[in-house]
Amino acid sequence: MAYGDKTAVDGLTLSVAEGSITAVLGPNGAGKTTTLETCEGYRKPQQGTVRVLGLDPIADRKQLLPRIGVMLQGQGAWSGVRAMEMLKHISRLHAHPLDVDELAERLGLGECGRTPYRRLSGGQQQRLGLAMALVGRPELVFVDEPTAGMDPQGRRTTWELLRELRADGVTVVLTTHYLEEAEELADQVHIIDRGRMIASGSPLELTRGGATATVRLVVTKPFPPGARESLRKALGEDTEVTLLDERSMRVTGRADPTTLAKVSRWCEENDVLPESLTLGRRSLEDVFLDLTGEKLEHV
Amino acid sequence: MSEVATGTFTPKPGGAPITQQVVAQALMEAKLMLRNGEQLLLAVVIPVMVLIGGVTAGNAIDLDLGSDRGLVDILTPGVLALAIMSTSFTSLAIATGFERRYGVIKRLGASPLPRTGLLAGKVLALGCVQLVQLFIIGGVGQVLGWTPAAGFGTVVAFFLAIAGGTLAFAALGLFVAGVLRAEATLAAANLIYLLLLAGGAVVLPLTAYGAYGDVARWLPSGALGEAVRTAFLDGAPAWRDVGVLLAWALLGSTLTARTFKWE
Repeated sequence: MAYGDKTAVDGLTLSVAEGSITAVLGPNGAGKTTTLETCEGYRKPQQGTVRVLGLDPIADRKQLLPRIGVMLQGQGAWSGVRAMEMLKHISRLHAHPLDVDELAERLGLGECGRTPYRRLSGGQQQRLGLAMALVGRPELVFVDEPTAGMDPQGRRTTWELLRELRADGVTVVLTTHYLEEAEELADQVHIIDRGRMIASGSPLELTRGGATATVRLVVTKPFPPGARESLRKALGEDTEVTLLDERSMRVTGRADPTTLAKVSRWCEENDVLPESLTLGRRSLEDVFLDLTGEKLEHV
Repeated sequence: MSEVATGTFTPKPGGAPITQQVVAQALMEAKLMLRNGEQLLLAVVIPVMVLIGGVTAGNAIDLDLGSDRGLVDILTPGVLALAIMSTSFTSLAIATGFERRYGVIKRLGASPLPRTGLLAGKVLALGCVQLVQLFIIGGVGQVLGWTPAAGFGTVVAFFLAIAGGTLAFAALGLFVAGVLRAEATLAAANLIYLLLLAGGAVVLPLTAYGAYGDVARWLPSGALGEAVRTAFLDGAPAWRDVGVLLAWALLGSTLTARTFKWE
C-alpha cells in the first residue's frame, strides 16, 4: 500500500508499508493534519496523486471509507451523547464491529460509559476517538495526535494498543509532535516541517551517528559570553559544540572518558556549575534540531 | 518492545447494510432530539401550551375566526402544523448547526455512512419525532373535544401536508445551518420560528389575518397551516398549498445544494 502526496503546503512524497506503524512527526503547523486529511479524503490535493489502499480517497471514497479508521484531532461527537452510546452508534454503521464493551474496557472507558461527551475529560475524549476509529475493524487507521493531552498512564495504554494493532496486521499512520512517541512506536518516521519532508527512515537509521557520542551539558546559570568557542578549543578540532539555548550545549565527538573529563575540567575552569551532564546517542530531537535549527516540544 | 498478537483487531472491515445504517442514524438523532430540553420545549411543550391556552382563552372571550367549525377543530390542526414546522425547521437547523461545529458531520464523514444516508437518517428522525408530536398533540386535542374529519381522505391529505411541510422546512433549515455559524443559526432559527408563529398563518387560519392572509398563504407556514387544516376539516388535500410547499422545498434545496458545507 502506498500513497504519494503533494499537499497544498508543499510537495511531499511518502509511502507506508502494510502492517507497520508510520509516524509523521513535526512541530505544530507543519502540515501533519493536512497530510492526513488528504489521505482521508477530506481535502482535495491541488497537485499530485494520493492512493490509499490503492484507491483515490475522493473518487473512490465509498469503497475506501469502510476499510479505514479515522481518529480526528478532538471532538467528533454530539455534546449530549453518552460515551458508550456514541461508540455503539459508530459500531452499527459497520458490518463486523468489535465488541464495544470489550473495546471500551481496553481503553479504560468502562467507568465513563454513561457520561455525556461534553463532560468527558480531554483524555477520555481522545480515547473514545480512538475507539471510534477502531470499532469497524479497519485495515488501516489514521490517528491524529493520539496522545495529545493524555497523562502518562493513558499514553502508555494507547501505545500498547497501537502495538497490538500492528501485531494483528493493522497498518497505523499517526501524527505526533512528541519525539518520544515516534521513537517508541514507529517503524518508519517521516519528519515534516513547513509542509516539506525533511527526513525519513526508521528511528535507528535517523539517529545513527556512527562512533560519535553526544554529551549534553545543562548548567544552572546562563553561559558566559564566548563559552561555546572556549569549550571547543578545550576539546580539540574533531569535536563539534552547539549552543542549544542559553543554559544548554551539545557536544558531539568521540565517545570516550576523555571527552567527559575535558568537559568537566572546562566547567571547573570557567566556574560553571553543571545541572546535568549526560552522555548518549543522538535522539530524534538532535536529528530534528540539526535539520531545522529549531526545537520540538518536549513530552 | 513488547508485541502481542491477540487477533482482537485482525482487520475485517465493511459497512453495515445501508438500511441498518440509516435506521441507526435516525434513531440516534431522534433520541438526542427528544432528550434535549430546549428541543423538547420547542417540539412538544410550546405547541401543547398554545393549544390549551388558545382553546381555553378563545372560548372564554368567544373568539370568532369566521368559521362555523368549533375553535378546537381549527386550532388543533394549526398546532400540529406548528409542531411540524418547529421540528423540521428550528430543531433541524439548530442540531445541524451544532453538528457542524462539534465535528460530528466530519466524524460521520469518515464512517461508512454516505451523505445521502445521513440525509435520509435526518428525515427519518424528523418523522419519528413528528409521530411523537402527533400522538401528544392529537391526544390533548381529543381531550379538548377535537373531532377531525374521518376517513381515508384525511389520512392521505395529512400525509401530503406533512411531507410537503417537512421537505420545505427541512430544506430551509439546512440552508440556514449551512450558511450561518452555530450560535447565529440558533438565534435565527428561533427568531424565524417566533415570527412565523405570530404572523405566519400557521396556527390561526388565513381568514383571521384579513387582507394580509392573501400574502401569508404563500409563506411556507401559511401553506402548511392551510394544508393541515384542510386535511382535518374537509378530509381532502389542499393541492394549491401542497404545491406552494413543494415550491419552497425546491427553492430551499437549491439554495442548500449551492451553499451547504458539511464541515
